[in-house]
Amino acid sequence: MTQPVQIEAPPRQKVQAAFVVNGERHEIAFAPHKTLLEVLREDLALTGTKHGCELGECGTCLVLVDGVPVLSCLALALSYAERPIATVEGMARAGELHPLQQAFAELGAAQCGYCTPGFLLAASALLAERPRPTRDEIRDALSGSLCRCTGYHKIIEAIELAAERMAAAREREAP
Amino acid sequence: MLRLPRFRLIEPRSVYQAVVARAEFGEDAAYVAGGTDLYPNMKRRQQTPATVVALPRIAELEEIGGTPEVGMRIGAGVTLARLARHPLLSEYYPAVARAAALVSTPPLRNMGTIGGNLLLDTRCNYYDQTYEWRRAIDFCMKKDGDICWVAPSSPRCWAVQSSDGAPVAVALDAEVTLASVKGARRIRAAELYRNDGIRHLAKEPGELLVSYILPPLGAWRATYVKLRRRGSFDFPVLGVAARVDFAPDGAVTGARVVLGAVASCPLELPAATQALVGRRLDEESVAAAADAAYHAAKPMDNTDFTLSWRKEMVRVLVRRALEQLWG
Amino acid sequence: MTDGGRGRGRERGTTGGGLRVVGTSRPRVDAAAKVTGQLRFADDLALPRMLHAKLLRSPVPHARIARIDTARAAAHPGVLAVLTGRDLPIPYGILPVSRDEHALCVDRVRFVGDAVAAVAALDEETAAEACALIDVEYEPLPAIATIAEALATREPRIHDHADDGNVHKHVSLEFGDVDAAMAGADLVRDDVFFYEGSTHLPMEQHAALADWSSEGRLTVWSSTQTPHYVHRALATVLELPPAHVRVIATPNGGAFGGKSDPFGHEMAVAALARRTGRPVKICLTREEVFYCHRGRHPTLMRIRTGVRRDGSIVAMDFTSLLDGGAYGSYGVASTYYTGALQTVTYRVPHYRFRGARVFTNKPPCGPKRGHGTPQPRFAVECQLDRIAEQLALDPAEMRRRILQPPESVTANWLRIGSMGLGRCIDAVVDASGWRDKFRRLPYGRGVGLACSSYISGAGLPIYWNAMPHSGVQLKLDRSGGVTAFSGSTDIGQGSDSVLAYCVAEVLGIEPVDIRVVTGDTDLTPVDLGSYSSRVTLMMGNAAIDAAERARELLAAPVAATLAVPRERLVFAGRRVFDAERPEHGMSFAEAVQVGESALGTIGTVGSYTPPRSPGRYKGAGVGPSPAYSYSCAVAEVEVEPDSGIVRVPKVWIAHDIGRAINPLLAIGQVEGSVYMGLGEALMEEMTYRDRQRNVVHHHPSMLEYKSITTLEMCDVETMLIEEPDPEGPFGAKEVGQGPLLPIPPAVANAVHDAVGVRIDQVPCSPHAVMRALRDKARGKEGRYGPVSFPDHDFPPPARVPTPEQGGDGREADRRAHAEVGGGAPREARAGETIAARAPEPRRR
Repeated sequence: MTQPVQIEAPPRQKVQAAFVVNGERHEIAFAPHKTLLEVLREDLALTGTKHGCELGECGTCLVLVDGVPVLSCLALALSYAERPIATVEGMARAGELHPLQQAFAELGAAQCGYCTPGFLLAASALLAERPRPTRDEIRDALSGSLCRCTGYHKIIEAIELAAERMAAAREREAP
Repeated sequence: MLRLPRFRLIEPRSVYQAVVARAEFGEDAAYVAGGTDLYPNMKRRQQTPATVVALPRIAELEEIGGTPEVGMRIGAGVTLARLARHPLLSEYYPAVARAAALVSTPPLRNMGTIGGNLLLDTRCNYYDQTYEWRRAIDFCMKKDGDICWVAPSSPRCWAVQSSDGAPVAVALDAEVTLASVKGARRIRAAELYRNDGIRHLAKEPGELLVSYILPPLGAWRATYVKLRRRGSFDFPVLGVAARVDFAPDGAVTGARVVLGAVASCPLELPAATQALVGRRLDEESVAAAADAAYHAAKPMDNTDFTLSWRKEMVRVLVRRALEQLWG
Repeated sequence: MTDGGRGRGRERGTTGGGLRVVGTSRPRVDAAAKVTGQLRFADDLALPRMLHAKLLRSPVPHARIARIDTARAAAHPGVLAVLTGRDLPIPYGILPVSRDEHALCVDRVRFVGDAVAAVAALDEETAAEACALIDVEYEPLPAIATIAEALATREPRIHDHADDGNVHKHVSLEFGDVDAAMAGADLVRDDVFFYEGSTHLPMEQHAALADWSSEGRLTVWSSTQTPHYVHRALATVLELPPAHVRVIATPNGGAFGGKSDPFGHEMAVAALARRTGRPVKICLTREEVFYCHRGRHPTLMRIRTGVRRDGSIVAMDFTSLLDGGAYGSYGVASTYYTGALQTVTYRVPHYRFRGARVFTNKPPCGPKRGHGTPQPRFAVECQLDRIAEQLALDPAEMRRRILQPPESVTANWLRIGSMGLGRCIDAVVDASGWRDKFRRLPYGRGVGLACSSYISGAGLPIYWNAMPHSGVQLKLDRSGGVTAFSGSTDIGQGSDSVLAYCVAEVLGIEPVDIRVVTGDTDLTPVDLGSYSSRVTLMMGNAAIDAAERARELLAAPVAATLAVPRERLVFAGRRVFDAERPEHGMSFAEAVQVGESALGTIGTVGSYTPPRSPGRYKGAGVGPSPAYSYSCAVAEVEVEPDSGIVRVPKVWIAHDIGRAINPLLAIGQVEGSVYMGLGEALMEEMTYRDRQRNVVHHHPSMLEYKSITTLEMCDVETMLIEEPDPEGPFGAKEVGQGPLLPIPPAVANAVHDAVGVRIDQVPCSPHAVMRALRDKARGKEGRYGPVSFPDHDFPPPARVPTPEQGGDGREADRRAHAEVGGGAPREARAGETIAARAPEPRRR
């Protein structure tokens, strides 16, 4: 049985890889020990993804890969090449806020705003899977992200509001 | 920004390629699956492998096979999130699914794998710290130093087994398969662990955990209860996995109570087994088993919370776990 | 929900025509930037040719630096500069009385994590590698880990400027005659409490970027709450003319007091930028953020309170011992604050306060949300709960009867304006179903109540000066747009929004018409910073001042153009019109054009200086505020008797905010305060290993510093009580800090209601509850907490007659020396407080 060839990246040489972030493909050369967080912020200048510990202990750097929340600080960038990555920069389309962004803004779910990108992405993954989540499901889905400003209430309310609006929009669009 | 040290990365596409690569780079290489244990440790320079053999592109590690009737086989690369919500596993092996669902946080369960969880490095207040912090106490014997700060006169390391999955695997009497260039072997989960904070795994360093094999269903029930400060993020400060086998009349024919986070390995409690076997699960037998567990457990200053309270909680949690099984 | 204001006359900024912007809930002005990731925090900034810096930190808690050799680091490829303490020898510190910090330690390190060297390199990894190549030889000194050790260790002294041995600061004050009054009490309680230290844990790690221009001007972007003080410190330490230093406060990704000191890393990147001629950035690791600290002081307290049978207080004798850590920081103020506000909630006719802050070899403590007041509030409110129990009174009803009245002066000479605490108590009692729950819930469940008060800004600046505390400048554009400039800093609390709302309200335009430019020492007039809950009140008043002047400027030419009497003009709905004929008017943009045609370019300034406090004694500088906010909370708890684990399903909280400028954001501040208070009540602690383990931080990580997740956070029902204060903008008082205060004591009191044990320390850990339950089961007192208070010799108290005793605000023995003919200017007397004791060092 033939196996595909394994990838090998020596430690002191840069590697070339392509990242598909928010639907845009970027080919870059970077050090192979860089995390996805570092590549996003430093090599792709996508600074909307924040960081709070770089050890997987706060949830601030959460991004979506194939629609699934992962922590970019513990994701070795090279292992995520060519896979669809979503960051906060990709949520608004053509200048129009995503319903979650709209609700977060309206309800004051972003105080300092630093944890907000991670919460927005975790929430969007939740709503993709459960369009009308219960409050407990929201709490569970967000339990990997810390916020020190809000006490989470406005965040949870904003997700409920967005879910409601998105459901209403789907109904309007349904034939 | 806390960053990874430099290393040679190898991404094999098969188990064979993986074990060959691992053998080629010897002691100075490490496997990584989800990265949620190894990468933080590398950022803190607790582990500094020159070569990392990354496993996420190996399809055969991600298979779930078998049936509850004959037992199930879970690929080591299956994520904890997938395991936790797998319909067959959550219905027939709720202790396994539950333990997976209780690990860390949702995004880390999307990354972390069952293999990584079973092989989780032992943890300690004096070890899971940055290089700079550890330097300030002149390190500890698990990495770069000579002393165990948990028990300074002790010749051994007391780092604590902190996986939620491991006690369950031992309680269920599950098995694992290990692969290396020498071939594959299948061992009981209990044989995988050693009560030593440094050499806490009995497997050869080059051996790759390939699959986790659950026993067939029978007249047994199992559960897992976890104690920690918060409902998310935190490693267990105490875990109780219990499997009880019942005779048709309800008498206990076998029982395995296993504690997590009180020793360097999942701690089996023969005294608790003795307290239960031949009796029914009732207040008296459960209290006796909880008492036996309490006396056997010797938590150390290696996790959150005070030792005395964690020891007290052994009795409480064992009771709660067994109570879940008598319904 | 909010209730209607019960204003007593007009508050600042109101026109009598009703409010259009103020009082309405709306998104913050920077909401869109925050939800799209567009907002750029300090570490998001990058400049061409930018270098990256790392600091080398001490691995020992207390030592002399015998030698530092940077040669290997300097020779490391990619390294452009290495600095040590000798390169930046001038000390600084937020308070003029304790300028005891250096950007990099010069000859002594004082805690594990104290910075000793800085490296600038092409990238962060190289800088970190170079740090490891710096050789430092330390000569260890005995380390001090606890308050008790500090009191027992006179030598070596961590700082020579300490009052006595390793006691950094002693305070000893007596208002009235406590012993005589106590003798007349029906009940005297004497209790000891301990409040553990905790840290701010902002999600954003501190970061700073410095850029040095070839003309010799320095720009520093930093995640700071206090750009003005960073500006001053940078000019001092780098020996630059202040006018050549520009500090830009980037939006803070959380701060909570943790970014209000000038920090060594800010000085270091500035010096590295000067040395290399290139921009230099640093972003601290999470561990380093723990070492910056400046958080809650661990505080041991003894409180003796004498009461009558009805619960009214006859005297209070309060003593606090604060673990200050290794540097002064805000510590002198923190010490005073542990004793300042006890008198503000309940009437305390005779009051003694003694406090001492000690130096220990740990990261410095300072101002965390509530600055010095959550600790005594915990002691007071837990003790009152016991007093009510002993007197068989309802704790809510008892508190309701003993309140300090509005428009009064306390025994320690604090002037109270509006005071809505009674309404707060009523609101939470009703909403929580207190009467049906207290002492009536089944075993394991309980409710507890506590009250508090907080300042809306400090009455005095940190360094003595007679200038305004806040300035706002407006530029009116002929397009109808207005730009508002202020030195205030948005740390997530929404101060940029408040600035826009105040200006919009007065000028009758919409917040979206206003561009705010804040926190930039080159562009914006000074605002002292985002600390002590001062910004809404002070910047708000300055904004109203500036906007009213702009309105006045426009009014004359517009009135002339419209041929309407000036006093009939209304500014509303982006128009200026005749109140009697609303259709007769012009757009705001046209009004600006009319004004600009008549007067030239239109710009105005406004400023705010707090009123003078009546206290004249030494120490009277801490505590006075233009207005005091009030809170009352009820916490409901569930206690597992077999584990001692406490869960808090719900908190009801009412907060007297004076006037909610934006209720949505105000409620957000309340919820956030409840969150942080709950964390302190249940699990947050900043603790260290003992001397045998080098006094290392127990676990400086996000994982082990336990911050509450979505799963532990309680439900919160917030009630905003509006008791407008004449000093507040539109009557507004603070909301960012005060609502934290009642949470820890409310939880502790609820635990008692649930299972009958007293937890007299924070956090209320399951271990503590279990121990208390076990003791109770064994027939002992069901209590967990400190058992004794050290026998410490405080200096004899300065005796200050109270207002009721006919005092004049001075110490009794100083009244004789009172100047004849009121000679000394007001500044000199006020300056006898902490601010003026050490003059500013002379600058070249």
